[in-house]
Amino acid sequence: MKIHEYQGKELLKKFGVVVPRGFFCNSVDDAVKAAESLGGKVWVVKAQIHAGGRGKGGGVKVAKSLDEVRQYAGQILGMQLVTHQTGPVGQKVRRLLIEEGADIKKEYYVAALTDRATQKVAMMASSEGGMDIEEVAHSTPEKILKVFIDPAIGLTDAQASELANGIGVPAASVGKAVEALKGLYKCYMETDASLAEINPMILEGNGNIKALDAKFNFDGNALYRHPEIVAYRDLDEEDADEVEASKFDLTYIALDGNIGCLVNGAGLAMATMDTIKLFGAEPANFLDVGGGATTEKVTEAFKIMLKNPKVKGILVNIFGGIMRCDTIANGVVAAARETHLSVPLVVRMKGTNDDLGKQILKDSGLPIITADSMAEAATKIVAAVK
Amino acid sequence: MSILINKNTKIITQGITGKTGQFHTEKCQEYANGKNCFVAGVNPKKAGESIFDIPIFGSVKEAATQTGATVSVIYVPPPGAAAAIWEAVEADLDLVICITEGIPVRDMLEVRNKMKKREAAGGKKTLLLGPNCPGLITPDEVKIGIMPGHIHRKGRIGVVSRSGTLTYEAVGQLTEIGLGQSTAVGIGGDPINGLKHIDIMRLFNDDPDTDAVIMIGEIGGPDEADAAVWCKANMKKPIVGFIAGVTAPAGKRMGHAGALISGGADTANAKLAIMEECGFTVTRDPSEMGKLLKALIK
Repeated sequence: MKIHEYQGKELLKKFGVVVPRGFFCNSVDDAVKAAESLGGKVWVVKAQIHAGGRGKGGGVKVAKSLDEVRQYAGQILGMQLVTHQTGPVGQKVRRLLIEEGADIKKEYYVAALTDRATQKVAMMASSEGGMDIEEVAHSTPEKILKVFIDPAIGLTDAQASELANGIGVPAASVGKAVEALKGLYKCYMETDASLAEINPMILEGNGNIKALDAKFNFDGNALYRHPEIVAYRDLDEEDADEVEASKFDLTYIALDGNIGCLVNGAGLAMATMDTIKLFGAEPANFLDVGGGATTEKVTEAFKIMLKNPKVKGILVNIFGGIMRCDTIANGVVAAARETHLSVPLVVRMKGTNDDLGKQILKDSGLPIITADSMAEAATKIVAAVK
Repeated sequence: MSILINKNTKIITQGITGKTGQFHTEKCQEYANGKNCFVAGVNPKKAGESIFDIPIFGSVKEAATQTGATVSVIYVPPPGAAAAIWEAVEADLDLVICITEGIPVRDMLEVRNKMKKREAAGGKKTLLLGPNCPGLITPDEVKIGIMPGHIHRKGRIGVVSRSGTLTYEAVGQLTEIGLGQSTAVGIGGDPINGLKHIDIMRLFNDDPDTDAVIMIGEIGGPDEADAAVWCKANMKKPIVGFIAGVTAPAGKRMGHAGALISGGADTANAKLAIMEECGFTVTRDPSEMGKLLKALIK
């Protein structure tokens, strides 16, 4: 689960990381009031959406007067912000963060994430702050430093100093950078984050270290023990169909192709998508119905797939284990009837009671095409939509 | 014969009295020698009782001492699952299979680091399979986990995969063309887990009754590439390889928490290329895994 920058900064502040003073607002008047109460001569007006690359897309502006704050807030609020992470349609800006200006002497990059190879939390830091870190990793990997942390011990002073010195923090500010890094690590662990990134973390003229941005991602498995994080959830920023699907315990992700697919199990679902591509078409979605697929779940899955106007055909691929194929077949027939299915449907069923399942499909009188293998199913659906 | 488990394995079920635990324990008992293999359950509140004629003990240690069991399977719900793994490790079991899906990553991180430290300090090495896995099966001998027993057939092909249904797919294809399995292992889809592809490939390599292996992977993480490099230098048996997720977009989590492309090296295409370079017979068509394997062992 992702959160907004202003929420991430609230979290960082709780863990002792210094952030600029600022206010979250959702109207132009509030933005001006926020700037007034912050005082000073320079303010930053920042669009709050879940995607990165906001500055380049025109979603971050530096204002040098209250009039400019009003002007920029008016421009940004409600705009359709397009960044490299939003896709071509962009994301509507509904929230703003108004912050005091910062006296930036140097920008750094720091982040915490879980490293699967070492099974430890990795703390990364780079002197190349403010840039796209993937670009840095690609072109100058030596500029990214990493330390691996034993969860029983936590980030040590020695490790934090190693990073701070390694990225060139001036000696007088190393102590402050160490505190910031330790705060970031603590925040990462105690909130069950899966990514916590500060880009940039800055050095100010007075030697202070501040987090100028905050990007968080949280482990969905751990949300049950973090009501305070769940409260940050902003459904406006999430795909409505994916949210709808999750209510029925379905994992759905929309893609760009025209063949909807409904599969049990994540691995088999990906393999089915790959097979569709191999036989000359593109999948319209990833959809895992999980272990206990009831008629209701299958019907909801059909409805969600069919909401996508690009879908020209559907492939159902089920390997019946504990879930029996006859149960699924009944679900498919009911779903096809309830949704008045008008696109071609290919069903491939294997495993427990597959013969019974096929008979149910046949007896339904619906124009359902059956197949024995994934390759056959893909060939048939690709032919049917052409 | 098989790897990790056989008809003489004695098993403790942690979480036996829960709905999932009960459902699958009954199915495992019905399969092959299951009646004799599943010897104990654990639930501190129901110690002294029994379920499906299996005695329930107050702790894993007590269950192990009383029954001689060396393996446990865990169906405990996510909030208590990592603690259940640790309890099994502290009881010095040989192998722990954690079926539970949805365990917080931090809990797994902590228990894995504790396990490694215990080992480094000279403690017994307990193997962990999973979490979020279907378990493993040695056909006609014993099944530990949630896979459908009837699709399997005894034989000489090893199968290893992260995903449940994709493992069944491979097994189903093999059985259909008359090739049985020595052991089929699902290592699970979580980012922080126990046994990895490389560990299972080592075991299959050393197993005199495994002739060839189907290795199935997914996008995300370095595990399949690590296994491939090891196999190039060490594996004496032919391998068919498949990686799911060629069409998966970067940055999107495809159901499994582990199936998230992060860098460039963990895409399906990159993994397929490494596996091919390391001598695997790779395919992009998951429907022909069985057929390809048959051609290799002729």
